Parts: sequence; C-alpha cells; structure tokens
Amino acid sequence: MDSVAFSVEEGEMFGFLGPNGAGKTTAMRMIQCVSPMTSGKLEVFGMDVNTRQREIKFWMGVVPQENNLDPDFTVYENLLVFSRYFDIPEDEAKRRVDELLEFVHLEEKRDTMTESLSGGMKRRLVLARALINRPRLLILDEPTVGLDPQSRHLMWDKLKGLKKEGVTIVLTTHYLEEAAQLCDRLVIMDHGEILVEGTPEDMINEYIGPAIVEADNDPNVISCLDKHQANYEILGDEIQIYTDDPQEIADHLLSECRLTSVTARASTLEDVFLKLTGRKLRE
Amino acid sequence: MNVGMYLKMPKLTSGAIKVWRRNKDVFMKNAKLNFLPPFIEPLLYLFAMGFGLGLFIEEIDGVSYAKFIAPALISVSVMYGAFFECSYGSYVRMYYQKTFDAIIATPLSIEDVIVGELLWGATRSLISATLMLPVIALFGLIDIPYSLLIIPFAFLAGLLFAGLAMCITAVTPNIMSINYPILLFITPMFLFSGTFFPLNVLPEIIQYIALAVLPLTHVVMIIRSLTFGTPGLFLLWHLLWIVVVCFILFVVSVNMMKKRLVI
Repeated sequence: MDSVAFSVEEGEMFGFLGPNGAGKTTAMRMIQCVSPMTSGKLEVFGMDVNTRQREIKFWMGVVPQENNLDPDFTVYENLLVFSRYFDIPEDEAKRRVDELLEFVHLEEKRDTMTESLSGGMKRRLVLARALINRPRLLILDEPTVGLDPQSRHLMWDKLKGLKKEGVTIVLTTHYLEEAAQLCDRLVIMDHGEILVEGTPEDMINEYIGPAIVEADNDPNVISCLDKHQANYEILGDEIQIYTDDPQEIADHLLSECRLTSVTARASTLEDVFLKLTGRKLRE
Repeated sequence: MNVGMYLKMPKLTSGAIKVWRRNKDVFMKNAKLNFLPPFIEPLLYLFAMGFGLGLFIEEIDGVSYAKFIAPALISVSVMYGAFFECSYGSYVRMYYQKTFDAIIATPLSIEDVIVGELLWGATRSLISATLMLPVIALFGLIDIPYSLLIIPFAFLAGLLFAGLAMCITAVTPNIMSINYPILLFITPMFLFSGTFFPLNVLPEIIQYIALAVLPLTHVVMIIRSLTFGTPGLFLLWHLLWIVVVCFILFVVSVNMMKKRLVI
C-alpha cells in the first residue's frame, strides 16, 4: 500500500470500499497491529501501532473477514475463553457472556459447538466475541458477507445500536448499499491508494450528480446528447446520462430523439464506485 | 539469509499461559480419550516386545529385555507427545482453525501464542510420562523413587521435541508434508537411539552421529539411568546437551513461526 492517509473521528462509522485487491484488508490488519508497516505512521487512540500493540488491542474489537471461531469449544466457551485473553475476571466475564448472547440472539445455542451454527449465527457470535472487552473501536472486515437479508439487517441494527452507544466503527464492505446506509464517511480505495474520501452524499453529488437517466445505446441518441452538451457515458449497450434534472433530460430524449426506453433514477454510491474504479473484472 | 533474525530472544509474558490454558481446556474436554493411550500403549509394547520377543533374549546389559525397553517406552512417548502436539496439532490450529489469528486480535502477541503452544506440547509429554510410570511400576520394571525424577525431566525433554516440531510446522507447505521429517528423522530416531537395543552394537561412527544429532539418544540415557536407579555424574553431560539444544530450538522455532505468520 502507499499514499493512504485517513483519520477516523471518535464515535463515527467509517467505511473502506474498493474492489478485490484494493488493500482494504491490509489496511484493517495494520489498524489491528497484526501487519507491520514498512514505512509511514499509523496511530490508534493516539498510540503508535508499531510500539503499543498490546494497549491498542486491549481497546479494540475485531470481526475478521473469515469466521475464526474456535471449533473445539461451544458457543459459551468461545466467549469465555476469549475473555481470558483480555484479563477479564471470571465472574465479570460470565456476566458479559450472558449479556452478549442475548444481544446477538444466541442464548439458546449456548451449549452448541460452533461447527453446527448457521452462517448468520456464526457471524453474530463473532460480533459478540469482538464485544467481550467492551471495545472503544470496532473493526469489521466485510461483516455481512454471505448473509441472508434478515441476518444482514439484524447486523446493521446491531452496528447502529453500538454506534449510538459511542463505539467508533471501521468497516470494509463490497455492498455499496450497506456503506451508504451505515457510514458517516468513507473512502474508496484501489491498487493500494485512497481515491476519494467523504460522506456518501457528497461523493454522489461530486462525481455523479443527484440523478441518472439511462437510455439504449443508439447513434441518434449520442448525436442528440452531443448537441445538448450533456454529461454522459457509454456502458456497453446502455448510455448513462448524469444530471441534476432527470425530468428535463428524459423529456428531451423522448421528444427530440425519438426514443422508446428511457429510465430515470437517483444516483447511488455504486455509480460513484464504478466510475472511479472502472468496470474491469478484478482477480 | 539473516541468521540473527532467528536468534532473537522471544519476550515471555503471562499471555503464553492463557494460550496454554486454552489447549489444556480442550484436552480436558476429551480427558477420557486422551488419558487412555499412556495406559494402553506401554502394556501393548511390554507384552509384545518385553515378554514376547524378550523370551528369546536372555538379558541386555545385565537386565531382562522388558526392563531394558521400559525406559525406552517412556522416552518415546515423551518424544511423540510433544512432537505430534506441536506438528499436526499446532498446524491444524494455525491453518485450518485459524485459532492463532483469532488470538492475536486480542492483547496477546504471536510470541505468546507460540510459546504457549510449546509449553503445552511439553505438558503433553509430562502427562504421558506421568501416566505411564505407575503402569510400568506395576510390573516392577522401574526403580522408585529415582524414576519420579522422570516427571520434571519429561517436561524439559518435551519442550525440546515441541521446539523441533514447531520448526517443521513453520516451514511445512501443507499438512501432508509433515510426513517427510517424520519418516526421515523421527522414525530413525525411534529405532536408533539406544531404544530397543544398546547403542554400542552400532558401528562407532553411527554411535557418534546418534549422540550428536538424535536428541532421543540423550533422553533415553537419562531416563534409563533413572529407571535402573543408577544415576551418575555422566548424566549431567546429557542434560547439558538437552538444555542447550532445547533452548536453541525454542528461540529459533518462535522466530520461524513469526516469520511465517507476520504478513
């Protein structure tokens, strides 16, 4: 990675977006103090990640990309064994484990081995595990990957609740709707660099405009758009026109260019993402 | 290659004990199954080799064959206990279960994890030796109280084999490849360390090689002297060899694992 500079405010939800291989997970691992940095400076809670790892990790909770629950233990034991790594006294730990199992709706699974949990349950247990030390900073690497819509919404609710309690949250995701819903601010990364930083709304307004009109790719339409000096892009057999006033563009297209299929819609973060990182498939 | 990098003394903290405790808890969940082999194995070997094969052997070094191999059985189980725990066991926890990844997201460091694994491997050896002693004592094959010294010694010897196994875990490309060092090093060691026949029947050069590079040779020497109840000052030399090699493997294995895991 290089030329990556960002700062996350206390209590905010901050997102890292980017195609596969953009460097999101590497960035997360650096914040977690597990991947060393060859150069540059990174501080968490005002402490240097190269020298004060133990203190930083004491106040941090991590939901990794891959569920790494302990298959040798039950749901309850997973949380209890984890609490020891933070030096939480056993009585206090047991209280917290009960609370957390209720928080993630896994009370009934307390004596189940983790292997037999569903994907959504495993993810919730990983979240509970990340909260055992009451972290000030929660790091989530693709928290909702592979979850059904119900589990995903539950995860979103939990994260919003945690944010309300003052927990700072940093997450990566491939789901742009998720980022737009949850993040106060975010960065879009590619090839180890940060391309843009801002709130989802600002990004949409700056790079796309509030609305998009979509029409079929047709020479008539293109010449028509050129005549009106419109801001458009050709994507295969479709043309996207970026605009502040979708009604006006749609009317023009329909009346002057003899067009049949025209759709107008609000711009999304996904449009910004594709515009900035391109449509080429990533390995 | 930067050799100094592998000789950096790991920081020892109480975090290692927490990792040790995690492994102990898993072991105790299956206590019944885990405690069985140290009882059964010496019985099988003693009947098959000591009392079966032993019928054809009048005596070795002035003792019955069963009495001769009894300390070897303890030594071999000390070797296997730690070796398998820190090769296959640690590899599974590292690669398949991602247990190490989960733990280093907490205040514990990768050094804590590896040191905890090594201490647990040594503990497996101690448990094996401790459980075998009463079984073998039942047949009157070992000297009490000298043999009780085997218990603390099993931990030290176990730590050596744990370090050896951890070096292999640090470089093995996959779990199947752990078979190579077992076939080429552990199995010959099992046979040629003065275990089932005295070292001095081998050509002199082989004896020197065995003493130089096969840790089990020294372990057998010490344990045999204790079960025979004939310890002597010469044991200090074997003990020194074990302490030095154990220390080197301990330090090197932690650094090798760090190199594998810190990316």
